[in-house]
Formats: sequence, C-alpha cells, structure tokens
Amino acid sequence: MQNKAGIGTRTKLMQGNEACALGAIAAGVRFFAGYPITPSTEIAEDLSALLPRVGGKFIQMEDEIASISAVIGASLTGTKSLTATSGPGFSLKQESIGFAAIAEIPCVIVNVMRVGPSTGVPTAPSQADVMQARWGTHGDHPVVVLCPSSVAETYTLIIEAFNISEKWRIPVVFLMDEGIGHMREKIEIPNSDELKIIDRVRPVCNPNDYLPFDADKGDGTVPPMADFGTGYRYHLTGLTHDKTGFPTTQRPEVDALIRRLNSKMDKAKQEVTFIDEVLMDDADIVVFAYGISARAGARAVREARESGISAGLLKTKTLWPFPDEYVEEIASQVKAIIVPEMNMGQLVLEVERAVKGRTKVISLTRVDAEPISPDEILSALKGV
Amino acid sequence: MAKPITYYLRTDKMPHIWCEGCGHGIVLSAVLRAVDSLGLDKDDVCVVSGIGCASRAPGYLDFDTLHTTHGRALAFATGIKTMKPNLNVLVLTGDGDLAAIGGNHLIHAARRNINLTTICFNNSIYGMTSGQYSPMTPTGKMATTAPYGHIEEPFDLCELVFSAGASFVARGTCYHANPLSKLIAKAIAVNGFSFVEAISQCPTYYGRRNKMRDALVMLDWQKEHAVTKRAASRLSPEELKDKFIIGELGTRTRPEYTERYESIIKAATKETDDNV
Ligand SMILES: Cc1ncc(C[n+]2csc(CCOP(=O)(O)OP(=O)(O)O)c2C)c(N)n1
Ligand code: SF4
Repeated sequence: MQNKAGIGTRTKLMQGNEACALGAIAAGVRFFAGYPITPSTEIAEDLSALLPRVGGKFIQMEDEIASISAVIGASLTGTKSLTATSGPGFSLKQESIGFAAIAEIPCVIVNVMRVGPSTGVPTAPSQADVMQARWGTHGDHPVVVLCPSSVAETYTLIIEAFNISEKWRIPVVFLMDEGIGHMREKIEIPNSDELKIIDRVRPVCNPNDYLPFDADKGDGTVPPMADFGTGYRYHLTGLTHDKTGFPTTQRPEVDALIRRLNSKMDKAKQEVTFIDEVLMDDADIVVFAYGISARAGARAVREARESGISAGLLKTKTLWPFPDEYVEEIASQVKAIIVPEMNMGQLVLEVERAVKGRTKVISLTRVDAEPISPDEILSALKGV
Repeated sequence: MAKPITYYLRTDKMPHIWCEGCGHGIVLSAVLRAVDSLGLDKDDVCVVSGIGCASRAPGYLDFDTLHTTHGRALAFATGIKTMKPNLNVLVLTGDGDLAAIGGNHLIHAARRNINLTTICFNNSIYGMTSGQYSPMTPTGKMATTAPYGHIEEPFDLCELVFSAGASFVARGTCYHANPLSKLIAKAIAVNGFSFVEAISQCPTYYGRRNKMRDALVMLDWQKEHAVTKRAASRLSPEELKDKFIIGELGTRTRPEYTERYESIIKAATKETDDNV
C-alpha cells in the first residue's frame, strides 16, 4: 500500500539521498529550501517532486544563506522545514544556524560531506566537517549532530533529527557523506503508523499571557512555541532577549539565556545518544566509528574475531552532544580504542577527552578522498 | 475609522532606540497608518526585518515580528509567506541591509514576484554602525569610510527592483509623510512583490558630516529635492540633475509566486491520485 507521498511498507532499492528525502516526508517535513550542490542535490530534486504531492512546498533559493533563512521563516509558521547542502554551502549557512539556536527555531540542516577545504573534491566522501557542525557558527550555542552509516539508517535517523529539533527547539545538523548519499542499498520502508513522530509543544495559554521565552512553566529548558499567524503576536530576535523576546543586555538576563540554551545539550544528551554496540560483550579492543567509516569498522571487527582478536565496534550515530560519559565507561573496560575517520583526526579529540587517559586511543586518519578500508582498521587492531 | 497609532505599538517597549530627529520613526508611523487604512487585523500581519537602526522597528510593533540577520529579512519572509500565504508580510529594512548585503535576495524576491511588501528606510548611510557609506550614499558625500568623499554611484533602487520584476515600486520621503503612507497602503494591497523606498534622515551620522546640522535642515532638503513625476516632466535634464522623483514609479500585473505554487500542488496531487 502506498500513501500519497509514495511511502508505505515495502522494500526498495535506493540512494542515501533519496532515503533522506523520503524519511523527511515521513517525519512530517512540508517545506524545503535549498541551493544545488554536489553531492547533496538529489535531496532537493526528490523533494521538489515529493513535497507538493503531500501539500508541502519546495523552493530553490538564490543561495544557501537564503535557503536556511527561508527554512527558519517557514518553521515559524509551524511547518517542519529542511535544507540540504554540502561543504561550501554549509559554511554559508552558519550565521543563520546560530540564529535558529538563539531564537530556538526548530530546523534540520543536512550536510552531505565532501572533501574540503573550499571546493576540495566535490565528488568524494569525507568526514571533515565534524567540528564545523558543532562549532561552525559563532558564540556558545547548542546544536545536535547526527550521522547515519547506511541508507536504511538515513531514513530512520532523519526522522529522529526532526523529533529532536522539534522537542528541544534546537537546530539539528544531519551529517551524511558522499558515500552514504550516493550509495544504493535495499531498505525496508516502515509503515507510517510504526513511526514515532514528535511535534513541537505549542502554547495553550491566553495570548495575552504568552511569554515566548519563559521556560519556567515547562521543564525549565524549552518554552512552548506559537506559530506565526495564530494571534500570539510575539517578537523574535537574534539579539540576546528577555522572556518576552525583546532585546536585553542586562547581564543576569544574558547569562540566564545563554546558560539555558546551552543546557539543552546536557539535558538532551541521554535521549539523543544513539550508539550501536557490535560484538561488544567481551571486547577488549574497540573500534569507535561513525558514518561511512563505521561500515569498514564492522567488517574489520568481524575479521579480527576470525583471527582470535576480541574486537568490538561502537558505532555512534550521535556526534554532538558527544557521548562522553558512555565512552569514559567503556574506556575502563578495554585495552585500546581505535578511531577511524576520513579527516585529520577530529572526533578522536573528543574520545581522548572522555577517556581521560584510562586506555590507549589510536587515531586512524585518511584524507585522500577514499574511504577507510576494513584492512587498514584490521591491521590497526592487530597492532594493538 | 482610524485607530490611534498606539493601538499597533508595544508601548511597554518604549522608549525606542532611535536618535532625536531620526527619520525612521516617521517612516514607521506611515507604515502603521497604511496598515490601519486597510483595516488589517493585527493577527494577520507579520513584520520581518534585518539588522540596522531601521530594522529595529518591528520590536515596537504589536504583530508577529521577526528581527533576523543582516540582509536576510526577505529570505526569512519568503519562508513565512510561502507557508502562510494569507499573512500580510511586511519587510522593514535599511538601505545597507537591503541594497548591500541583502541585494541578491532583493532582486530574487522581486523576480519571483512573491507577495511581500518591502519598505526601505533609506538614510543614505549605515546608521547603526555609526556612519559608513552604503550603496545609497550619493557620490561626493562624506562617510566615516569615505573621508575624502564617496567615489561610487548609488543605485536607483526603484528602477532596480522594477527591472527585476516587482509588481509595484514607489518612492516617498519623511517630509511627505502622508503621501508616503498612501504609497505604502497601495503597496500592501498589491498582489505581488511591492517596494517602497522611503527617504529617511540620519542627522547623527549623515547630516552632521554632510553640512546638514539637524533633522529640520534634512527634511528641508527632502522637500527641495523631491519632485513628482508630473513636475519632473516639466523640468529640463539640467534642472532635474540633483532631484529625485517621488510617487508611484511602476506597476504591472504578473502572476504571484505563492498562487503559482498552488497550481503545482494541484498538478502533483492529481498525478498521485491517478497513480494510486
Ligand atoms: C553579517 C553582518 N555584517 C555586518 C554587521 C554590522 N552591521 C550592523 S547594522 C549595519 C548597517 C545598517 O545600515 P542600514 O541597513 O542602512 O540601516 P540603518 O542603521 O542606517 O538604519 C551593519 C554593517 C552585522 N550585524 N552583520
Ligand atoms: S544613528 Fe541615524 S539612523 Fe540610527 S537612530 Fe540615530 S539618526 Fe536614526
């Protein structure tokens, strides 16, 4: 059975980028704005066809800054909104990502990573935007970063990305890479009633009593969010603001806002940490990997087992907030943690920070535009 | 029946940040009188701005208001309007915000003919950052970054926006506040991209540096240099040299973007229904 968007339970062969588009529709996305860039373009192309079929809208803007800005505007009307890009476009979007963070406007930004810096290698995979995804925009800010390692995972994880973004009123960066984006795999598309979909909490109070940035009545972290055009008539700004949304430079108010915004990272951490443990029960050497490198990691670990090495894989789908307590706990149980990445060694810095010297951390890097091979990881496992 | 202007203001957020004699308050009241004259419900109006003195206006208005990043107001507004076409979306912006950093968004919003109304508070200078030249600073004038006099030519914004595809463009001044308000009302009523350039004054950073000692002198300058189209037609090119034309400067009827998108939805859903 197919519903209007062409989704339903069935097995299909598709690209990661297509799974991203279909997953977004299933998550409830009804607005997309973007600007073409390899290797993310198929997401825009697919959504230009899919969105109007479900009453949603697609627009190709004049650049990436306009795209993320339009996405934030659309989100303010209560619409789940997405943009997708790659390296150079992701750099351009940074200022507005900070706006979404301070004004607490849910949105998801897909970055299908390619080799950088600058134009780099547009057609080859990379994992070198891990730090940029966390710290690309200026100022202390919260942002959740998720990273799928297969086509099927792309579909389900983009739904999580929206759930997190809506619930915490936080921008979520979805880091794919050229390999996952263009890889074709079989996926089982779940039935829409099997999916857990979260929508932002809207105010129920009288509009006269609405304080758009007062989190005290809720959980102390996330205030309810009114849709524009529903009579709540409130103000939003990228300036530090008080509970009414009006700019303030009063030190205690600035302090309270910045601390509350950033507290989302800690409070959400457990809930947004997705880690798959593979052969971890008795493992004494661990491969800690994400995205495309986790695929090589899985094979290397299986092969290491065949040669009698007790290897295990931790595949993290959550890069930020970094699951440091989790890694710290593992550290005390193993001889070494190997971190393969298609960059000069980015997430390994977080692993080292979490491990606090409790075990050996080995960084495996590759920056020649080719994915890390299982053999490279296997020989690292053998070398421990 | 006209409502008092305070009906549309968040008076509890006053005093405002603008300097004594700043023209932005005059432009803002012209905007509010235009909204009032059209009888728009406050719940159906959304005001978006970028960054700058002019862009601080929305904070004082009792609508849904969005103060965005420098230059991007039109892009944010495009997202809002696309998903809520029934909202009257106004963009209030400065000449730097709109014509420099936001210039690309301006021509593309006009080209799409999306039903947004943009009001440019043009004071020929970057006020908020204390007086650097903008794309609207006239040649020869002084700015903190043009200490020897400005050597670039400004845009004719109305011409630019109309050539890019807008449905309506007009120019007014703070001195001619009532006609300005009527132009803004017309712009809001247009179904398509509409643009009003409001000549404003920044006595603090433009006036003083350019031998206009206060707001009154600057308003006088507006009075002396603004001519209607009709008056302009009677002047020689020589007489017109340092004048600018006010009033309605261009109107045309073109399909509007969000309406066109509805036809895409119709076509796409029909296709899907046929395939089920
Ligand atoms: C990305 C970015 N660049 C620069 C600035 C600094 N800035 C703030 S306002 C402004 C100019 C505003 O001038 P205009 O739009 O003419 O408005 P006015 O203040 O004159 O009303 C600039 C350059 C900024 N806030 N953001
Ligand atoms: S600096 Fe100029 S533009 Fe800004 S408020 Fe003062 S007078 Fe107005």
